[in-house]
Amino acid sequence: MPLDAAVMERPVKATVKAQPLVDVRDLSVKFVSRESTNSAVNGVTFDLMAGEVLCIIGESGSGKSVTMRALMKLLPPNRTKISGHMRVGAHDITKMSESDMRAIRGSQISMIFQEPMTALDPVYTIGDQIAETVMRHEHCSRAEATARALELLQLVRVPSPERRLKAYPHELSGGLRQRAMIAVALSCKPDLLLADEPTTALDATVQIQVLVLLRKLQQELGMAMIFVTHDLGVAAQIADKVAVMYAGRIVEYGRVSDVLMHPQHPYTLGMLASTVHGNMRGQEIEAIPGSPPDLRRPIQGCSFTPRCKFAVKDCLQASPPVVQLDNGQYAACIRAGKGAMPAAPQA
Amino acid sequence: MTDVNALLADFAEKEASPPVRGYWSSVANRLRYDYVTLFFLAVILLIVLISVFAPLLAPFDPTKSSMAYRMKPVGFRNFVLGTDELGRDMLSRLLWGGRTSLLMGLVPVALATFIGGILGVLAGFLGGWVNTAIMRTMDIFYAFPSVLLAVAISGTLGGGTKNGMVALTLVFIPSLCRVAESATTQVRGLDFVEAARASGASTLSIVQHHILGNVLGPVFIFASSLISVSILLGSGLSFLGLGVEPPTPDWGLMLSTLRSAIYVQPLVCALPGVAIFITSLSFNLVSDGLRQAMDVKA
Repeated sequence: MPLDAAVMERPVKATVKAQPLVDVRDLSVKFVSRESTNSAVNGVTFDLMAGEVLCIIGESGSGKSVTMRALMKLLPPNRTKISGHMRVGAHDITKMSESDMRAIRGSQISMIFQEPMTALDPVYTIGDQIAETVMRHEHCSRAEATARALELLQLVRVPSPERRLKAYPHELSGGLRQRAMIAVALSCKPDLLLADEPTTALDATVQIQVLVLLRKLQQELGMAMIFVTHDLGVAAQIADKVAVMYAGRIVEYGRVSDVLMHPQHPYTLGMLASTVHGNMRGQEIEAIPGSPPDLRRPIQGCSFTPRCKFAVKDCLQASPPVVQLDNGQYAACIRAGKGAMPAAPQA
Repeated sequence: MTDVNALLADFAEKEASPPVRGYWSSVANRLRYDYVTLFFLAVILLIVLISVFAPLLAPFDPTKSSMAYRMKPVGFRNFVLGTDELGRDMLSRLLWGGRTSLLMGLVPVALATFIGGILGVLAGFLGGWVNTAIMRTMDIFYAFPSVLLAVAISGTLGGGTKNGMVALTLVFIPSLCRVAESATTQVRGLDFVEAARASGASTLSIVQHHILGNVLGPVFIFASSLISVSILLGSGLSFLGLGVEPPTPDWGLMLSTLRSAIYVQPLVCALPGVAIFITSLSFNLVSDGLRQAMDVKA
């Protein structure tokens, strides 16, 4: 597909000394219950410029979705402990009150959910649900909001939008429903769009449509986007930057081409090796042995050690240092940047 | 990016577009072919009309007794359906009796839906100790058989239509509260509630729009099935002398007083029972039909 190449070869945006739109420093999230404390996110740090796409990749339970919900303060406050620093635009998320958060949710930061089946309310029409968000933030009349809803459905390329406006969610296909979700999320032109595996619940052909649409809309509207996925192919198509998460930490971060072509962390390498690509007929697919660590227990040293092919004694001594490379890529591994690992398979 | 646009246009065409119909029009469409429901809906309408216009329709005064015409059979002179043990016209009494029976059927259910619904949504949405407090209280009421509870409450409060209704309302609150609570708990955990929060909705507006919108359906359907139960229980209370006080005509009460005459005029004695049967059957079947027609997933 020519799109692939277009994304990979896109020139890196001149990072003039502008302030990043999103700035997350040392974010930790712990779920506290009577029985145990689950450290879902442990010191995540990243930033994102306006108009950029960051893909967060990782397996289930690596803290991707929790990071995103923390950014919107959607986690239940009485059971969650959040520490660290989060800033989006001019807003210091960490210090904001619930009512201030309400004002920016949907208008400056909005979110697309994984399941289009359950993320739309079955008893309201699509038009009503889009109009509801518009009216909430722009305080306009219902007629104006409905007109805006129609524009939005056109924006997300819903065929015959006038009729869909009056349709209920169960009357639409999965792909159309996910587009309606996107329309709700875009209704107030957010600066930052959070997408939590928006294509996982869709079938393969519809996945591509939604991805292409999201990428196009993101460029047209100049939004920044954080895209959570566990699919490396999706990341390669859509991302500017990639963050690989493992056990609540970002183990590798950098431009998409750097990370996917020259991975520095063994986990990234293992994921790339276990992806089906090119002509692999008759070959065994390599898997990463073992399973992720239990986050309810404290972890000594590098959390990936038990599954790592390259593990040495030093790995268990202390948390691995974050090694920064010249191209802005970094990895949390004692081997990173030393070129000691075998070259990554050509994707 | 022309290829992308072409791709999108291509995808757009492939999306089949079935005719989109609004929710209520699709419910109406499904009901249109449900002849059983339609028939019994007409019966209910008829009963309601008869009860409302009872003063105009009744040929005699339903409370005027006469020693000369006691226990006359069906079709005796002007008494189309005969007379009761005090010589009162059965037809007039049955027509008037519909009023109390319908009132006994509808008012307690409406009140219980309101109170039980609010309690249930509160319990379901707030969870935690509020839920425990409300639901365990309901369980205590639930532990008693409903007839026994109704008898006990109206026995304590004393007879009379009003007290009967209060008793029935109290009997229905726990079950309605449970339905509302379980529907709320189910809806509360769904993605669209979080999606609403993510688009900046306040707790109040989430409850108003998303919770109520999804909870009212099951609650109303359950409530409609309680109407016939309420009519029966109300008649039962009257039968036991705890509901309507004589000489007010009421089907349950009529059944009770005519019971002594069952060997004299069995047909006449059965008439109030037939009226209760038809009314509660109609409400039951209509409620079933509505549930089927309103089920979105069907």
